[in-house]
Amino acid sequence: MSRLVPWLTVGPAVLWTLLFFILPLVLMAWTSLQPLQGDGPGLGNYVAFFTNPSYWRALVNSLEVTALVTVLAVLLAYPFAWVLAEQVPERWQRLALVLAILPFWTSYLVRSYSWLLVLAEQGVVNGALVGAGLLSEPLRLANTRAATVIGFVHFFVMLLTLTIFASLKQLSPSYRKAAADLGAGPLRTFVYIVLPLTLPGIMVGAFLTFVLAIGDYVTPQILGGNTELLMPQLIMLQIGRRGDFPLASALSLILMLVVTVAYLGCARWLRLERV
Amino acid sequence: MRTARRLACALTLTAAALACHPAGADELNALIWCDHADPALLQPFEEAHGVRVNVKEYEGTGAGLAIVEQSRPGDWDVMVIDSIDVRRGVERGLFAPLPEDRLPLADLFPEVRFDEHTTVAGKRYAITEKFGYNTVGFNRTKVDPAELRSLKALLEPKYRGRLAIYDYYLPVMGMAALAVGKRTSELSADDLPAIRDVLLGMKANARLVGEVAASQTALATGEVDILVGGGEWVTAGLARENPALDFVIPDEGAVLWSQSLAMFADSPRPELALEFIRYVMSPEGQARLATSSCYWGMPANRQAALTDEEKRILRFAEQPAFLARAQPYPAPDEALDRQMQDVWTEMLQAR
Repeated sequence: MSRLVPWLTVGPAVLWTLLFFILPLVLMAWTSLQPLQGDGPGLGNYVAFFTNPSYWRALVNSLEVTALVTVLAVLLAYPFAWVLAEQVPERWQRLALVLAILPFWTSYLVRSYSWLLVLAEQGVVNGALVGAGLLSEPLRLANTRAATVIGFVHFFVMLLTLTIFASLKQLSPSYRKAAADLGAGPLRTFVYIVLPLTLPGIMVGAFLTFVLAIGDYVTPQILGGNTELLMPQLIMLQIGRRGDFPLASALSLILMLVVTVAYLGCARWLRLERV
Repeated sequence: MRTARRLACALTLTAAALACHPAGADELNALIWCDHADPALLQPFEEAHGVRVNVKEYEGTGAGLAIVEQSRPGDWDVMVIDSIDVRRGVERGLFAPLPEDRLPLADLFPEVRFDEHTTVAGKRYAITEKFGYNTVGFNRTKVDPAELRSLKALLEPKYRGRLAIYDYYLPVMGMAALAVGKRTSELSADDLPAIRDVLLGMKANARLVGEVAASQTALATGEVDILVGGGEWVTAGLARENPALDFVIPDEGAVLWSQSLAMFADSPRPELALEFIRYVMSPEGQARLATSSCYWGMPANRQAALTDEEKRILRFAEQPAFLARAQPYPAPDEALDRQMQDVWTEMLQAR
């Protein structure tokens, strides 16, 4: 009986993983090998991806946008998290954090459409710039890659702020005191002590940003104006009218492979227990 | 242990109850496009028959058929589908034949019966309920309609940044085909290079490529002045608030879109499903569908009980002339369809 206990304990989790992750993944892999019509299984859908420049351009677009979003979000979130953790009095930190993540509480779809209104030709940004006489003509912001990046960064800065804030709070003040005792100034302390020790928090947040952004369909579709395709849009295009689930599955697996490579690339920093 | 057994028992019973639960006799399940979700359309039917119409919206036949395949037999009663795709449903054994003698076929605009799509082996599997044109929508205060007499005008540099393109490859590629003098019903792979060039020219002038809501919003807010692929389905619903929005059918013609209503072969309520179809096809149902809050469109039934104002907005009186110049939706086979979508993808990726 005692031998069964561990199995009974992990059993539900294993079953859950098998049923809702492994099995669907295997089915998707099998589907990706099927043609939409005609012959038996093959690599035709993967060959189509690598031989059609418009298809792999979608992957390049996705990587460019996601990399830019991740870097910008880290650069904006770190100072924000630092101010929250170091400058805001302890008793106000909880409220400040709630305020920081307030935009999370609104619908993702509503937030994206709101950005469209803000960035539109007659929107808030252009209205202010033209009204202040800084521009004679409104900027073209909506329906561009820049709009997609802005929408993503707005969303993921909040996520990164949380992970970096948690890392900063876990950092014992002793490290900084020791560094100061040894003659290090604030900048050296930050570069050689604080930054390396908060790297796991940065990397976890950056990785989550990368994964969530590269798989997101809504933001590029609404804010990007479909003037270029990212991978999720290309996948949806296969499903829309033609119902080409085999090709959509192949594209999805390629996207998963990219995420896996990204994970392996930063695995040594992804120590979740540190966050 | 007793608690676990009780829990297992309860779960089993719940699962059994869910599995055996018969579809409600007082409900109708409809897989629809957004225009059918308008309460103004559904409520009169619900009240007249004492039933509730449950709707699920979808976009794209592929997505709609996937929903059906993932459902249990009998889950759905009726489906709105692109007329050119009715055969796809029939080939999968999804649809039941409809009794022609109980449908107002004689009242339909003859040009939109589309028997080649809605009948198979002499049996009718769907009926056209609504149609319109993928043509050129525009803002009258920004663009002179005379300038849009030719589709080639859309490629002119003066329209750079002033165009939106409706994000559906079949009608817009059909329009591109018209621009180079091809007939939409005779398209082949050989025509694609010329169509591609037109698409790339349009893309160079386009500010966005948007689905229904995005392209409509772009035109309505002045973000763009012209919507390629637009028509009454974009401008008519906004006519009262923004009378400057209009559409034109260029000299080369326009692409005729149409949607049909079909009944599922395994519907547990075939009589109610047929009544729903008859209601939608009735003069009152047609008027409500034509002026749905989601988008307006021409009723397939000429007897639709539209007001004079609604007829004016829909340009009802001009339909014979429009229909004479319109060409059908491209209906490519599987191989050509994929090639067309690849050309469309190339256009979307073009910078």
